[in-house]
Amino acid sequence: MNRLLSHRISSNGAVIDRQKLVHFEFDQKKYTGYEGDTLASALLAHGIHLVGRSFKYHRPRGIFGSGSEEPNALVRLIGDKSSEPNLRATQIEIYDGLIAESQNRFPSLKIDFLSINNVFRRFFPAGFYYKTFMWPASFWMFYEKLIRKAAGLGKLSKKYHRPERYEHKYAHCDLLVVGSGAAGLQTAIIAAKSGARVVIADEQHRFGGWLLTDNDFNINQIPAASWVHETVKNLQSAPNVTCLSRTTVSSMMDDNFVIMAERVTEHLGKKDMLLPKQRLWKLRASKVILATGAIERPLVFSGNDLPGIMLSSAIRTYINRYDVLSGRRAIIFTNNDDAYFTALAIHKAGGFVRCIVDLRVNPKSQIITKVRKIGINILAGHAVIAAHGLRHIASVDIAKYNSGKQAPTSSILHMDCNLLAMSGGLNPVVHLHSQRKGKLVWDERTSCYRPDNKSDEWVSVGAANGTFELERIFIEATKIASTTIMKLAKENNKIKTKELVTVPQIDKDKQNWTPLPTWLIQAGQPHVSDKTAFVDFQNDSTAADIKLAVKEGYSSVEHVKRYTTTGMATDQGKTSNINAIGILASCLNKSIAETGVTTFRPPYTPVSLGAIAGRNIGGLFDPVRKTRMHSWHQSNGAKFEHVGQWMRAWYYPRDGESFQQAVNREVYATRHYAGLLDASTLGKIEVKGPDSAEFLNRVYTNNFADLPIGKARYGLMLKEDGMVFDDGVTTRLAEDHFYMTTTTGGAAGVLSWLEELLQTEWLDLRVYLTSVTEQWSVASLSGPNSRSILTACMSENKNITDDFPFMTMKKSFIAGIPARIFRISFTGEMAFEINVPARYGAALWSHLMKIGKEFNLTAYGTEAMHVLRAEKGFIIVGQETDGTVTPHDLDMGWIISNKKSDFIGKRALERKSMNEPQRKQLVGLLTADPSKVIPEGAHAVLDPNQEMPMEMLGHISSSYYSPNLKHSIALALLKGGLNRKGQTVYIPMLDGQQPIEAKIVDPVFFDKKGERLRG
Amino acid sequence: MAKLNIDRGTRAFTRKSKRYSIFSIAKNAASYHQKWQQAWRHAEPKSTYDAVIIGGGGHGLATAYYLANIHGITNIAVIEKGWLGGGNTGRNTTIIRSNYMWDESAAIYEHALKLWEGLSQDLNFNVMFSQRGVLTISHSEHELKGMSRRVHAIRLNGIDSDILSPSEIKKLVPTINIDPNIRYPVMGGFIQKRAGTARHDAVAWGYARAADELGVDIIQNCEVTGLRRNGNQITGIQTTKGFVKTSKVGCVVAGHSSIIADMANIRLPITSRPLQAIVSEPIKPILDTVIMSNAVHMYISQSDKGEMVLGAGVDKYNSYAQTGSWTIPEHMVAAAIDLFPFLSQLRMLRQWGGIVDTCPDASPIISKTDVKGLYFNCGWGTGGFKATPGSGHVFADLIANDRPNPIALPFGLKRFETGYLIDEHGAAGVAH
Repeated sequence: MNRLLSHRISSNGAVIDRQKLVHFEFDQKKYTGYEGDTLASALLAHGIHLVGRSFKYHRPRGIFGSGSEEPNALVRLIGDKSSEPNLRATQIEIYDGLIAESQNRFPSLKIDFLSINNVFRRFFPAGFYYKTFMWPASFWMFYEKLIRKAAGLGKLSKKYHRPERYEHKYAHCDLLVVGSGAAGLQTAIIAAKSGARVVIADEQHRFGGWLLTDNDFNINQIPAASWVHETVKNLQSAPNVTCLSRTTVSSMMDDNFVIMAERVTEHLGKKDMLLPKQRLWKLRASKVILATGAIERPLVFSGNDLPGIMLSSAIRTYINRYDVLSGRRAIIFTNNDDAYFTALAIHKAGGFVRCIVDLRVNPKSQIITKVRKIGINILAGHAVIAAHGLRHIASVDIAKYNSGKQAPTSSILHMDCNLLAMSGGLNPVVHLHSQRKGKLVWDERTSCYRPDNKSDEWVSVGAANGTFELERIFIEATKIASTTIMKLAKENNKIKTKELVTVPQIDKDKQNWTPLPTWLIQAGQPHVSDKTAFVDFQNDSTAADIKLAVKEGYSSVEHVKRYTTTGMATDQGKTSNINAIGILASCLNKSIAETGVTTFRPPYTPVSLGAIAGRNIGGLFDPVRKTRMHSWHQSNGAKFEHVGQWMRAWYYPRDGESFQQAVNREVYATRHYAGLLDASTLGKIEVKGPDSAEFLNRVYTNNFADLPIGKARYGLMLKEDGMVFDDGVTTRLAEDHFYMTTTTGGAAGVLSWLEELLQTEWLDLRVYLTSVTEQWSVASLSGPNSRSILTACMSENKNITDDFPFMTMKKSFIAGIPARIFRISFTGEMAFEINVPARYGAALWSHLMKIGKEFNLTAYGTEAMHVLRAEKGFIIVGQETDGTVTPHDLDMGWIISNKKSDFIGKRALERKSMNEPQRKQLVGLLTADPSKVIPEGAHAVLDPNQEMPMEMLGHISSSYYSPNLKHSIALALLKGGLNRKGQTVYIPMLDGQQPIEAKIVDPVFFDKKGERLRG
Repeated sequence: MAKLNIDRGTRAFTRKSKRYSIFSIAKNAASYHQKWQQAWRHAEPKSTYDAVIIGGGGHGLATAYYLANIHGITNIAVIEKGWLGGGNTGRNTTIIRSNYMWDESAAIYEHALKLWEGLSQDLNFNVMFSQRGVLTISHSEHELKGMSRRVHAIRLNGIDSDILSPSEIKKLVPTINIDPNIRYPVMGGFIQKRAGTARHDAVAWGYARAADELGVDIIQNCEVTGLRRNGNQITGIQTTKGFVKTSKVGCVVAGHSSIIADMANIRLPITSRPLQAIVSEPIKPILDTVIMSNAVHMYISQSDKGEMVLGAGVDKYNSYAQTGSWTIPEHMVAAAIDLFPFLSQLRMLRQWGGIVDTCPDASPIISKTDVKGLYFNCGWGTGGFKATPGSGHVFADLIANDRPNPIALPFGLKRFETGYLIDEHGAAGVAH
């Protein structure tokens, strides 16, 4: 026999495959295990208990549980270019080549320097941080650095750069069954027969739950294991059932929206080109049955955290599922019957059970009689009052114990051992129930919190409901499954309710499920023993810490949790919360029901952030929108800028040109010849319906009702607070049909806002909105030569350009493409915005550029557009406005209709503050030095030499070099600006340079009369 | 920007025996920590108080502390429905900064930041205020311009703020991804070095202990069920522990301000929405600076315990339930992974929500009301924690003197009638 596998016992039909040897590494040492092993079972098979160090005192800690409740055995898995910290060894399935490492120790697990904390732990009681590190005040950052270094658990890989593949999946079902133990399988199989769409999920890799551990009996006259096998086979072959193993239901939200994390290839240890590492399910279930089982409670006594001290149920699990006996000289410490099954299992596996220490004075039941018969010594009315050992349990102190008085009542018995099983009763897994804000009730008989089961949408069953006897679990599961199906059938007539349902019969030894609740074993001087009586193993909080919290007044359950950090570790208190509440209740002389519970926050077990993000990362995080002309811009060397989701051509540098040179050239060419801008990104909304004109009248400040067909008008939209929200040109296409344009960045917001108004405020208006932003490609042709170019491009009706007044629209064909041509301008030049069906965008653009060549047509980008409009003093919403600017502030009072009875924002504009002369108002600035361009965002002051904080007039919203004026120009919003024209201001610089001097002027720098525009 | 000389008060912790220090820990260790005293008394309400503060969160407790410590009004009760600090004080992502653009906001948050500096010593309770710096990232040309505007304004207000280039950001935060080809590339950022984080629970506990020492009664598990008044003067409050007579009531009940206001027939311009946060499992230090990004709507820091703390914007619906929708964490995690790919290896440990009261202009209300003796401090939206000391300080001043000081003045309720709003929507982006 392999010496290293000496803890493996002969096979009794466990979940491992003895034919398949698996090689893995832990802390640089090579080991073997079998397929089906967890890292924990494989290590225990080699006699390894010590796998980690605790968070605060760095005490040696061993494998403690066998599933998601594990607080101690956290390891780091190391891949080529990644590492995943803080994984529970009890849940990692081993695979060939797995490399794991212990955490939170330096230099090694056996010799850990920071275990010095354990020696001085007397000086680190709960909350000690709050009481010290305050002197000298300036040293906190130094102290904190040390604290941060000591804190944290695992490490991440620095080489890591590329997230692995995770997927999301959406699904619906009639019934979700969470958990595949006796209760889960029984409900699922009944539901399967009804024809309902069923999903059954279990976090373990195999269905069966506790029936995988406890199966030494018959169900319906066949071995329990065979019953599980048959039932699972039937579920898997049912077409209406989805069976998900390795799937943790982590969150349950309103209306049974459920998040589940499925480990698809993670347990295989190798990447699969086609499959994700994990799949995150977003499931909507009509009903949910929670068959999530229960978790055993530890007992709290001095030294209870030593490696070799394990949950009784976990020891049994390792024996029955993995053929692993965790220790050969065992002592059992319990307050209930369940641990007697562990005693039997150890005995059967060839281990020596020295004694069972039972807190109950006179325990009686079928199973106890059986245990007594085989000669195991039972010390009733006793307690283990302390455990001793260096890095592993070596001996225990046992004494008679009075649970009521919380004190030992006899002399101490010393007994050596290398394994201690402890069992303090069971806690139903109520997390998902609590996440839905379901209430909990304290059950005195079984000493546990169980769900109130008052919801119509979900129900708990079996151990999750505080029902621990297997016979009763089957009866309850059958009943609950039937009533749930009746409810589902009411909503869906395809679901059958008349299937013959039988309750499985079992022949299992009877046990007594009433534990003797003893939350804390006190012995000797409690203030000494409490200090090593651990409640939360991972966070190192002890009975003494809880008592201290109460002494200091932190006595609500939430304060205890936060002051001592009990229940805040990565296991979220699965084994510690109820013990902590029990100790707290006895400190406060209250019942547990009066003491209350802390909030169970999602998720049930930690969920991979990679899985939460799924594939919505990298380029898929947010779509990039490109216009139909994009490839032309690209092949002509354009530089792009992000505007919202859009990529817009920013400028087109030619050989060797700088940014400024390119922009200057584009601006100059547009003013002197002609320029072409890709304006496809502007928001476009079709407004249709008999009340469209009235609708526009209400949302714009100016009048649209009287707009003739074929005419366009510039409009300003305000929010209810009177502040400028968006602007654009709207054209009337027919009596009941308008074509609205919005800013590029504001398009989605405007549409939502208009829909909100129509759907919630103005239900009487018959108006329909359709976003057509992506249905039209738009080229804006601008400059003195624009009319000639347009005429030359026309396929027919070339004469329409002769009589094409400003702010009108005509339909025609350009190069055979149907087009809507708008004579509107954002540059101050004569300009035409040519709209064609989107798919012709590239063709239109190329045609215009080709024909325009002889007219010196130049493509210009958004930067040149900004300069051109700034020369004219035209605003850009979002640049000259920020949600605090009114039309009056922009000196655009002319656009506010006096005739209309109302429009959005009208009332707000009448408030006192709106006429405040010191409001920030739009002005132009000319720098004293014509070549000096003010940084945008800089602020103007009257006196640059004043003390901080300075009195600021306002900020520079736009600032450029104007090649047409050969002068730096800027727009600014300054306090009382309209009355300050002619004044000199100073703009202080961040980099310590001299403030820039500038004069306040009118914001229209070029063609003040607008002659070129109308030309 | 309004600026006040900061009066920190002089009355707290005159009794040396109660002070916390390394010596007190050593001394108590010798007696096995059996002799520690209660951090605050668990008081039952008296029949009469000079002032009552409704709400035992950070702001309420700070108000009581400064009323007692600066204004000498010690016959005060703080009434809390549940447990101290159980609302947004115990639910936020603990970011503290004062780099606000508008003068009014900068004034109150800088006032708060100055009080944070030295708060542990003032309270003799380590609130772990850690000035690790808050870095706000810009991802587009447009954002860079917005950043420039903010930094100029902040600097001229005399508050520290520095612009960083992508390579300077990389040097400061080695784990950040500055690849220019990602969807929202890091194009620059600005940092407030004096900004940082604090231990949220400790703030409530520290103020509670210090206020208690000055004689303030802290009454937990006591719900206010009604306000009583005589004509236009407040005369007391009805609670689940009986009637309490008082002529001054300060309401600091984030998440439920509208409900208390309703008891006085006052309608506040407030909507209540969920705000969510998550933490990861703890890991060894990997991120020292607090990172915020408005464009992708995410902020992230690493706590002293080692957990990565992530937050995002508010849920888009009104609710009093302290949970939110799944879309929010999903978006914030995706955004964070683009900037910090290492996060993909980590796991979400807890997810939770709080209720934030938000005003139309996203700025708070610190105000008298039309009812004499009834004051409100609310509407801090997503950013209340950082203001805690400043908020309590100016609110105490308002209650004591029945007039707002220059810092509190702009935040009066009347602004919603006059239109003198302090619109932080555009200016702050993601605020918290």
